Amino acid sequence: MKVIVCVKQIPDPALPGELDPSTNTLKRDGKLILDESDSYGVEMALQLVDAAGGGEVALVSMAPNDEMSGMRTALAMGAAQGLLVSDPALAGSDALTTAKVLAAAVQRLGGADLVLAGTESSDGYTGTVPEQMAEALGLPSVTFAKKVTVDGSTLNVDRQTEAGYDEVTCPLPALVSVTAGVVEPRYPSFKGIMAAKSKPVETVTAADLGVTPVGWEGSGQAVASVEQAPAREAGTIIEDDGESFGKIVEYLETIKVI
Amino acid sequence: MGISNIWVFSQESNGTATSGTLELLTHARTLGGSVTAFVGGDASAIAGILGEYGATKVYATGDLGGALPGAAVASAMKAVIDGGDSPDLILFPQNYEGRDVMSRLSVKVDRTVLTNNVAVAVDGDTVTVTTPVFGGNTLVSTSFSGSAPYLAAFRPKSFAAESAGGGAAEVAAAPVPDLGSTGGATVTAVHVEESTGPKLDEADVVVSGGRGLGEADKFSMVDDLAKILKGAAGASRAIVDAGWVPYSMQVGQTGKVVKPNVYIAAGISGATQHMVGMKGAKNIIAINKDAEAPIFGVADLGIIGDVHKVLPKLIEALEGRG
Repeated sequence: MKVIVCVKQIPDPALPGELDPSTNTLKRDGKLILDESDSYGVEMALQLVDAAGGGEVALVSMAPNDEMSGMRTALAMGAAQGLLVSDPALAGSDALTTAKVLAAAVQRLGGADLVLAGTESSDGYTGTVPEQMAEALGLPSVTFAKKVTVDGSTLNVDRQTEAGYDEVTCPLPALVSVTAGVVEPRYPSFKGIMAAKSKPVETVTAADLGVTPVGWEGSGQAVASVEQAPAREAGTIIEDDGESFGKIVEYLETIKVI
Repeated sequence: MGISNIWVFSQESNGTATSGTLELLTHARTLGGSVTAFVGGDASAIAGILGEYGATKVYATGDLGGALPGAAVASAMKAVIDGGDSPDLILFPQNYEGRDVMSRLSVKVDRTVLTNNVAVAVDGDTVTVTTPVFGGNTLVSTSFSGSAPYLAAFRPKSFAAESAGGGAAEVAAAPVPDLGSTGGATVTAVHVEESTGPKLDEADVVVSGGRGLGEADKFSMVDDLAKILKGAAGASRAIVDAGWVPYSMQVGQTGKVVKPNVYIAAGISGATQHMVGMKGAKNIIAINKDAEAPIFGVADLGIIGDVHKVLPKLIEALEGRG
């Protein structure tokens, strides 16, 4: 079984995010790490390939500056190879262009029985790229999977809904987006980290993939303005002295909740 | 010119239109132009209310036969567009089905999507939508460029729903064409996670717990407090991911958006992902051990303290009031 996982490399979410004042888009020029949301897809892929009795997990990613440290993390977890699309022309690309580029990257790797992605990235969270990729690849898809098993050429998925979950079946090949928490991502072992350094990662441009136009030129959107939201008035912050519950009771009385 | 033809992706739940649908229809009326509701499924039960809230026309795919709506509804929309009724703007609710349908359609019509919005403005031919970023501290307004249709998704409760007093709308069939290789994802069973008390996204009081509770068992304190205050219990993504409580309780970017009278955050640090789901509460009370926790930045009353000490006393005091 061959599984391709989409991995995004993002600025460390622990650091405050920042907009580039010249473009009003998210700054992504520093060190990038593997989006935690994608570590679930990588783990899921490794488990499914194991359960199928063999196969390969490959990665596709789009990132500036030939950045591949996040991909190396996924390779250290056990993925076999990667394809990185890195191209200054891609700066400013919208979600649709990103999906077209990643779909072309999947095709360059020869396609797969299953394409996995997170439901949305932790930095831009547009949340449409997986389903857009499925359409571009002509695949059926199941989004928001919280449990995935494969039975021959059929996928069985528990898909999150507003009220609970649905059981969904889907023929392979297909694309699935997985929610955080769907599996417990493994920590890369020392051996895995060493092995990842020599695993093949091919770097290509948008033109190599035949996707045009891209970047600002291909984007169907432009930032019109950036404003600070009206701040909430500062509240009362107190240290618990053992009796602070009384302040909460008082507050609830003031607003007539009790 | 201008925006003359607006579609709203409309959804049904328990025999009526969802609140998100009515919010979008209400706002669509203010943008100038005709409002059409597009229903993935059978519209006979909701054509009346869709008309009442402003739709003058309803397209309905008819029963989807268990197919996931993404590919099916997008294909039906594309067929109507190819047939000559081409919308300038399509409003989608920011939820599972809305996201799937808009994503599929975006590729079919080769147009961008803008998601997570809370506002939309039309000025001549220019459509501009606004999305809060960095936990809602910054508002980014983005205009669509190129030609219509423009596809935009809106968070729940971005607009107030108000009846327009309209009559039932005319229903036109928009059948799903053959999906070819993109079809095949089929729902075989539906599971509903039962909850008691008011619904999380409608409750007047919401008490949410986070990682600061330390362990799954301690969530019972959050449940108890919610019950005493006749409210609903919610959760941060961290403890949903950890499997302590079901996803249906998650408040935040990828969960429910709540705007209660009072929101009590117990052991929640206030990650961006969480804040966008609760910042609209009228009153916010936060209890957290870490004085630097971002949740204190939005709290009207913040208690720097251990939830394991504060909550039991608070529950006891409130129970004592009978």
